Amino acid sequence: MRPAVLTGEYFMTGDVACAEGALAAGCRFFGGYPITPATEIAEHISGRLPEVGGTFIQMEDEIAAIASVIGASCAGVKSMTATSGPGFSLMMENLGLAICTETPCVLVNVQRAGPSTGLPTQGAQGDMMQARWGSHGHYEIIALAPSSPQEIFYQTIDAFNLSETYRVPVLIMTDEMIGHLSERVVIPDAKTIQTVSRPSPKGRKDRFNPYEAGPNGVAPMAAAGEGYHIHVTGLTHDQRGYPVMTVEAQEWMMNQLVGKIRRNLDDIIRTEAYRLEDADIVIVSYGVSARTSLAAVDEARDQGIRAGLLRLITVWPFPESQIRELAKRVKGFLTVELNLGQMHLEVERCAAGRAPAFLVGHPGGTIIPPDDVIQALKEHF
Amino acid sequence: MEFWRVPFDSEEIQISTGVVYVMEDRCKGCGYCIEFCPRHVLEFSTRFNAKGYHPPAVRKPDECVNCHFCEIICPEFAIYSIEAPIDQPLPVPKEREAA
Amino acid sequence: MNQPNKQLRHPLDDLLRTDRIPHIWCPGCGIGTAFSACLTAMKKSGIDLEKTVMISGIGCSGRGAGYVNLDSYHTTHGRAIPFATGMKLANPELNVVVFSGDGDLFAIGGNHFIHAARRNVDLTVVCVNNFNYGMTGGQVAATTPFMARTTTTPAGNPDAPFNLPLLAYASGASYIARWTILHARDLMESIQEAILNRGFSFVEVLSPCPVNYGRRNKEKAMDSMRIYQERTLIRNDARPWELDIDFDKGVILGKFIETERPTCTDRYDTVCRPKELLEEMKGSKP
Repeated sequence: MRPAVLTGEYFMTGDVACAEGALAAGCRFFGGYPITPATEIAEHISGRLPEVGGTFIQMEDEIAAIASVIGASCAGVKSMTATSGPGFSLMMENLGLAICTETPCVLVNVQRAGPSTGLPTQGAQGDMMQARWGSHGHYEIIALAPSSPQEIFYQTIDAFNLSETYRVPVLIMTDEMIGHLSERVVIPDAKTIQTVSRPSPKGRKDRFNPYEAGPNGVAPMAAAGEGYHIHVTGLTHDQRGYPVMTVEAQEWMMNQLVGKIRRNLDDIIRTEAYRLEDADIVIVSYGVSARTSLAAVDEARDQGIRAGLLRLITVWPFPESQIRELAKRVKGFLTVELNLGQMHLEVERCAAGRAPAFLVGHPGGTIIPPDDVIQALKEHF
Repeated sequence: MEFWRVPFDSEEIQISTGVVYVMEDRCKGCGYCIEFCPRHVLEFSTRFNAKGYHPPAVRKPDECVNCHFCEIICPEFAIYSIEAPIDQPLPVPKEREAA
Repeated sequence: MNQPNKQLRHPLDDLLRTDRIPHIWCPGCGIGTAFSACLTAMKKSGIDLEKTVMISGIGCSGRGAGYVNLDSYHTTHGRAIPFATGMKLANPELNVVVFSGDGDLFAIGGNHFIHAARRNVDLTVVCVNNFNYGMTGGQVAATTPFMARTTTTPAGNPDAPFNLPLLAYASGASYIARWTILHARDLMESIQEAILNRGFSFVEVLSPCPVNYGRRNKEKAMDSMRIYQERTLIRNDARPWELDIDFDKGVILGKFIETERPTCTDRYDTVCRPKELLEEMKGSKP
C-alpha cells in the first residue's frame, strides 16, 4: 500500500503528475470516462485511489462522470474528473450544475485539436473560450493552465484548494503536450503540502441556510448525511436553497455566484512574469505555448528585441487589470496560443486600443516553434 | 367505485373507528378520497378553499373505520385519520362555519 | 367537521418541507400519492433518516426532492442516477433514494439506469410513469403507449413503449416491482422492501396525468384510476417479458424480482482494495 503523497523524485508524464497531485490534495473520488489524451489520468488514479481509501469509477459517459463527481462532492468527498474536447463538451451542462449549486470539484481538460473528433492524439488549446462560456447562463469560473508536469502536480493541489475555498468547479486547462510530456517531477514531503477544505457549517442544524454566505462571499457547505436537511437545486434558489422563480431571486443568486469570484480576484489570479520589468513588448501565453514563448523571449532579447513574457497560470478569471496596466507603458502585446485567437481576444479587449495586440496562433496538432514568435515580433514591432 | 372485496372473516373482526381530519387549504379537489373511501364517509363540500377548490367534508363520521386509505391515496397530504378509542370516541371537531 | 390548517398536523408533515406545500403538481396528478407512499416507506423501513438522501432529476416528478425535509438534491435532466451513484460510492453509509419520472429516468437518463442496475449500485429508484412529459406540456415519451396522442404525436404514437421492469431485469436490478397509485398500500410496501433490499432496486408507479396525457387521450383522472382498477392484474410471479403496458390487454402489477447479489461497493472493496486497508476500514467503523 503506497501512501497518498508519494514523496520522491520521479520521471513522469503530466497526466500521471496530475493524478498524483490530486491524491496529494486529498481527492478521494474520481468519476471518469476514457478519452485520449486524458485517459492516463484515469488509468493511473484507478489503481491509486482504492489503496488510499478513495473510490474510482469509470462511468458510462462523460455526462455521468461529472454527475457522479458532483454527487460525491455533495457527500463531502473531494472529487474530480478528467477529459478532453468531446468529453468536455458533454460535461458542460453539469458544470453549470456545479456552479449553480456551488459544489467544489476539479475538472481536467487535456486539450486536443478540434472541432469535433479532430486530432485525438495531438494537442491544442482550442477550448479556452468554452472553458469560460461553455455552459449556459452567465457565470464566473476558475481555470488554470500548467506548463510542465511538475507544475500540473502543484496546480492540481491548487485547483482543489481554490475549488474548496470558493465552492466553485475549477478547470485545469492543460493540453496533450503537457499531458504526455515526461519530465522530472519532485513530490515533496506530505507535511509541506497545504490543503484546504470547504468551510463547514457551525451553529444550530435546524437554522442552517445552505446558501448564506460568510465574509468572503462563500457559504459554508454541509455534506449529505450530516443532519442539516439541506435542499440543493440547479433551479434559481434563495439562501435556504429553495427554488424561487423571481427576478429578485435570480439577481440575488447571480450576485452570490459571480460576486464570490469577482470580489476575490487578488486571491485567485496567478500569473508569472519573465523579463517583463523592462520589456516593451509583452508576450502573453499559457500552457505548452508558454514554453515556446519563454524560448522566444530569450532569443528575442539576444537579437535586441525587448520582449517579456506574461504567463497566465490562471487563464480564468483573466488578469484584466494587469493587462490594462501594461497597456499604458508597452509598445504592444503578442498572444501565443494553439488556437486561432481566443485569449488573444481578451488581451485585445483589455489593452483597449492603448497598445496594439497581435496573435501568433495555430490550429493545433503541433507546438508553435519559437521562430514563429520571433518572426511575428519582427513583423509587428 | 368499489375497490375492496369483502374479507371472509369480516363478521368476526372488531372494527375500529376513526376521525377524519381535512387540511382544507392543501386540497386540490381531485376527489380520490371521496371516490375510494370504502365506507363512503366523505363527500365534496360546497365550500371553496383558499385555492378555489371544494375540499371533502365528512358526511358519515360514524362510518369511518380508520383504514387510512384517504390519507394514503391523497396526493396533497391534505387528509388523514386518527383512531378513535372504542369506549370513548374522540371529540368530533366542531364544524367550521360555512364560508 | 374540518379545522383550520394551523391546528392540524398530517402524519407525514415531519418529513415534508411544509413551507413549500401545496406542491406544484396538478389536481388529480398521481405524483403526490407516489411521493407520499415513498415518504411513508422511508419512515416505516426504520432506516436512519438523517443518513437518507433523496435525489431527483428534472420534470414534474423531479420536483419530489424539493419537498422532502431531508438532505435532498434536485439535479439535471436525466442525471439523478449518476449523481446518486457518485454520492453512494463516496459515502456508502448513506441511504440513497432516487425519485424521478419516466422521461427523466428512461429517455434522457436511460443509459445511466441500465449501467447503475448492471453495477448493482445500492440505490432505490422510484419511477413515476405518467406516460408523457408533463412538465413541458405533454409530449411523447419512451413510455407512451402505442397510438396514444400527445402534443408531438397528434396522430397517435407510432412507436412502442418500453417495458420498464423487463429493462431493469435485463440490466441486472435486484428488486423490481410495478404498482399504480391506486394500489397505494402495495406501492408503499414495495418501496419499503426496495429501500431495505441491498442493491439496485426499482419500483415503477403508474400514475395519472390528467392535465396533459389524460386530456389528449380522453381520460380524466378518475378514468385513469378506473383503468388501473379494472384493467390491471396482480401477479407477483409474472415474468418480466410479460409486462408490456397495453391496457386493452391488461397490465400486470406486482413484485417481480427480489434477489440479493453483491453491490457495486461490495465488489469494489473485495476486488480493488488492498486487504490490509479493508481490515483497517472495517476496524475504524463502530
